[in-house]
Amino acid sequence: MAFISSGYNPDKPMEGRISDIGPRHFTEFLPPVIAKNFGKWDYHEILEPGLLCHTGVSGDKAYTVRCGTARLMTVTHIREICDIADKFCGGFLRFTTRNNIEFILESLDEAKELMKFLEAQKFEGGSYKFPVGGTGAGVTNIVHTQGWVHCHTPATDASGTVKATMDAVFDDFKEMKLPAPVRISMACCLNMCGAVHCSDIAILGIHRKPPIIDHKYLDNLCEIPLAVAACPTGAVRPSKVEIDGETYKTVAIKEERCMFCGNCYTMCPSLPLSDGEGDGIAIMVGGKISNRLTKPAFSKVVVPFVPNEPPRWPTMTKVIKKILDTYAAEANKYERLGDWANRIGWERFFEKCDLEFSAHLIDDFRDPAYYTWRQTSQFKW
Amino acid sequence: MAKHKTPLLDQLESGPWPSFVSDIKQEAENRAKNEKGLDYQVAVDCPEDLLGVLEMSYTDGETHWKHGGIVGVFGYGGGVIGRYCDQPEMFPGVAHFHTVRVAQPTGKWYTTDFLRQLMDIWDLRGSGLTNMHGATGDIVMLGTTTPQLEEIFWELTHDMNNDLGGSGSNLRTPAACMGMSRCEYACYDSQELCYNLTQEYQDELHRPAFPYKFKFKFDACPNGCVAAIARSDLGFLGTWKDPIKIDQEKVAAYVGGEIAPNAGAHAGRDWGAFDIQKEVVDLCPSQCLSYEGGKLVMDHKECVRCMHCINTMPQALKIGDERGVSMFCGAKAPILDGPQMGSLLVPFVEVNKDDDYQAIKDIIENVWDWWMDEGKNRERIGETMKRLGFAALAEAAGVGIDPRQVQEPRHNPYIFWKAEDVEGGWERDIDDFRKRHQR
Ligand code: SF4
Ligand code: SF4
Ligand code: SF4
Ligand code: SF4
Repeated sequence: MAFISSGYNPDKPMEGRISDIGPRHFTEFLPPVIAKNFGKWDYHEILEPGLLCHTGVSGDKAYTVRCGTARLMTVTHIREICDIADKFCGGFLRFTTRNNIEFILESLDEAKELMKFLEAQKFEGGSYKFPVGGTGAGVTNIVHTQGWVHCHTPATDASGTVKATMDAVFDDFKEMKLPAPVRISMACCLNMCGAVHCSDIAILGIHRKPPIIDHKYLDNLCEIPLAVAACPTGAVRPSKVEIDGETYKTVAIKEERCMFCGNCYTMCPSLPLSDGEGDGIAIMVGGKISNRLTKPAFSKVVVPFVPNEPPRWPTMTKVIKKILDTYAAEANKYERLGDWANRIGWERFFEKCDLEFSAHLIDDFRDPAYYTWRQTSQFKW
Repeated sequence: MAKHKTPLLDQLESGPWPSFVSDIKQEAENRAKNEKGLDYQVAVDCPEDLLGVLEMSYTDGETHWKHGGIVGVFGYGGGVIGRYCDQPEMFPGVAHFHTVRVAQPTGKWYTTDFLRQLMDIWDLRGSGLTNMHGATGDIVMLGTTTPQLEEIFWELTHDMNNDLGGSGSNLRTPAACMGMSRCEYACYDSQELCYNLTQEYQDELHRPAFPYKFKFKFDACPNGCVAAIARSDLGFLGTWKDPIKIDQEKVAAYVGGEIAPNAGAHAGRDWGAFDIQKEVVDLCPSQCLSYEGGKLVMDHKECVRCMHCINTMPQALKIGDERGVSMFCGAKAPILDGPQMGSLLVPFVEVNKDDDYQAIKDIIENVWDWWMDEGKNRERIGETMKRLGFAALAEAAGVGIDPRQVQEPRHNPYIFWKAEDVEGGWERDIDDFRKRHQR
């Protein structure tokens, strides 16, 4: 391998340097029908799952074909997507916030033809490449994080849990038979790069063992005061240990105070907390982001722990499927999952979804915990 | 013949949902073939080694990526995240495997030219693996080595006229909903505002000066497609003040069953005939609708703009014309102090492109000044705001006080009066007091 220079000269890093230019302006990327009707759309329709039609005040129509993807994509795969956009859509496409791809077309026939084409594309292993769907009152693609593929703090994998979940709820991606949209999100640790804290169903990787202390190296790798200050519960304090007659500056951890957040590890690599048995998944439900009908709401923990069961996490998908199916059968039209649970009462939610309620589900973290306890005699048997 | 055996990952190739494992295998094969005859600048077999290390995690139930490592491009404090494998001997192809964040075009519209150019860079100088997109919004390029970073940055800026995204204690790459480009609900041009502020605050984006990360998100209406209320330190949500516009003929068409409610979103199941009383009037959270004599009537002063009636009958009902933005402050995930929703800081501010959004920028800069003075290291603004109080934030932001900022007034009367709030101040004379009160 010979090093190929782009033109950058390490001896004169400032020479010809361009910086702080930001992203390109979005108008360079708008398909013509979108550019023409920008800000002048009249209404939209979902013609069938995965097919949207937007009508402009001008009468122009834009047909959008939406398909799911695994967010982790390769160069080869993205080039395939580009080929499709070149062939059908004049070289334009869009990604949605939830990692779907959207292709815009100007005629219904072409849109249908594209849908057929997309449905026919499969990976060698057998899965769809571009399943069409993800619209309306269904499940759409899962927003997720890095997991074991690329992060140093995960308690579970992201891509694998998402693949297993989307396989299990695939019908609801393809169809629109739920009472309201269901947003599933996944984050592989409490940092929640994926911000699952306001999702209808959230898959959250959690640790359950306090950090291991790498006493011999800690002082070399970390600033002890930073590790101490990082702990939200004050579980970490400076300390000294003696190993083989040598004294090391290090930290001590009050284990009963640890809530396994991993903040100390973020500040100090000598405090890892991942563990094959300790780590797993908490399932949260009932969050939402939109202001429609009810206020935005946080997700609530309904299953404190399911073990990691790679590669297909059967316990996790079983719980998710049960919650989704019970909701689908019982909720009113337009009612989001959390609103349904609030209406029937959470005690009823646990009963109907076959979930066990345990002490782990009663909040005990600081002030906000108090607002989740019941302060009325209005409850159900 | 695959380099590593991956019996666990192979099981993720079956099932209908697109398999990332199949995709990575396809990439591994293509790189091995190298039909274009590229002189790959990082290990050719890094996709295989990535599968290898991932399989190991599937067996152990533990990650095999080391903690951090500071890498980046000259003059930037963000945009690249260092990553090293903790089994470099077994998986040399991913021993150094840094992430490069690339600023995405607002609203995530692309031309294939742009994507192909990016893929060419990543084919030659990276692993060939990406995330489209990271949770914050940027394009995430997974896996390259340190010597390639400046080269990638050079090609991005010189050949593609595009910048890196954000990471670290700085402004993160702002993200917007697609807004006006394809949505009839957009109350302002979320993409333009996002673009403008991104450009304005390039310095904050690339040179960490904040206590911790800071995110902007722009939703053009209360439906909240990019989750501005839930996921941004300052969230911008489109809104309006005047009445919702009603087309009674179209209302009749919904009632008559000629137009499918909710744009057809419920088509997968037979919910029975559309019942405007039950599905719209009775559900309206502010009870401001009624359906009388075939007409939908609205007491618009009482409407809380939840979007339900509009979403349900998009052809009949339209957002008002007096449009602007509500600003929410302090949303974040649980770390450190528990999850927080954004709190309404400014109920309404104009979105005025003609004066370069000055009203909005004034508020942003006031908020930042306060947070940079008062915030502790690694404290999100939501936590600073909780610690010092919402009123302190509002005062610093210079936005005034309004009952709309609270759900309800305070529960406890422990009011922190200041000396200047009280007649005569706090200075008192004990001797004078004793003239009236014996010891
Ligand atoms: S959620 Fe946690 S483990 Fe997952 S990518 Fe983010 S920091 Fe890493
Ligand atoms: S994991 Fe969190 S709670 Fe536990 S010691 Fe570390 S910082 Fe403290
Ligand atoms: S937030 Fe509102 S305006 Fe923006 S895309 Fe979503 S529905 Fe449309
Ligand atoms: S937008 Fe919401 S609050 Fe306003 S009238 Fe419609 S349903 Fe009622």
